[in-house]
Amino acid sequence: MAVRIVFLGPLRDIAVEDSLWATAPLDWAGLLDAVGPEVSRELQSKRVHVACAGKVLSDKTALYAQDGEEIALLPPVSGG
Amino acid sequence: MRDIRLLDTPFDPAAAIAALGDRTAEAGGIASFVGQVRTGGQGDARVTALELTHYEPLTRPAMVELGDAAMARFGLCGLVMLHRIGRLSPGDPIVCVGAAARHRRGAIEAVDYCMDHLKSAAWFWKRELRGGQIDEKGSGEWHWIEPRPADHADLARWDQKTGPV
Repeated sequence: MAVRIVFLGPLRDIAVEDSLWATAPLDWAGLLDAVGPEVSRELQSKRVHVACAGKVLSDKTALYAQDGEEIALLPPVSGG
Repeated sequence: MRDIRLLDTPFDPAAAIAALGDRTAEAGGIASFVGQVRTGGQGDARVTALELTHYEPLTRPAMVELGDAAMARFGLCGLVMLHRIGRLSPGDPIVCVGAAARHRRGAIEAVDYCMDHLKSAAWFWKRELRGGQIDEKGSGEWHWIEPRPADHADLARWDQKTGPV
C-alpha cells in the first residue's frame, strides 16, 4: 500500500534523492508532510506543479493518490 | 511518417533528415533544425557539460501531442523530432526537428513551431556544468537553466496566428 513520490530538476537537489515511498492513500497534507520542510516550502509556490498517475493536476491541493500511483513534483521546466 | 524519440546516447542528425527525405517522396520541401550544446563563457563560466532530465510519463506524450499538432496544422507529409536526454558535451547535438511538406512554407513553419514549443514548454530540466571537467568529480559548478524571456515571446507568437499558413 504505497505511492512513489518523484523529485525532478532542482527539487531533486533539495530532496537529495530521486524518489521516496509514502503510505497510500496520500493527499496534499500528507504529501507536504512526507517530503520534509524544504521541499514542502517549494511545493507551495505557484511555479511548482504536481502530477499524479501521469496527469498534471490543475489544483494540486486536490491531490488524492491511490495505492500504486506515482506522484511527480515538477519545478519550472528549462525547456529543450 | 512520424519519428519522435528521446535518446540517451549521441545521434546523427544528418542521417535522421536523410531518412525523412527517403520516406516522404511526395514532399516538395524538407526543412530542419539542429540544436547543439554551445561552449559559451570563459574560464570558470565556460560550459563543460549539459545534463537533461525528463519525466517519461509526461515528456514523451507531450512530444507526441506536439508532433500531431504540427502534422495537422501544417499539413505535413512527415516529421522527425529527436531529443537527447542525459549528459552531453559541447558540440553534441541536443535536438533535431525535420519537417517534410508539399511546399516549403509549411515545412519551414512547422520546424519553427516545434522548436518554439520544445524550447519553453517541454518537460525537460536542464543544468550546465561551468568550469571544471565532465569527468572530474567535484570540480566546476552546476547551474539550473530556465527559458529566456525571448523563448516565451517566441512561443506566444503561435497563439496569435489563425490556422495553417
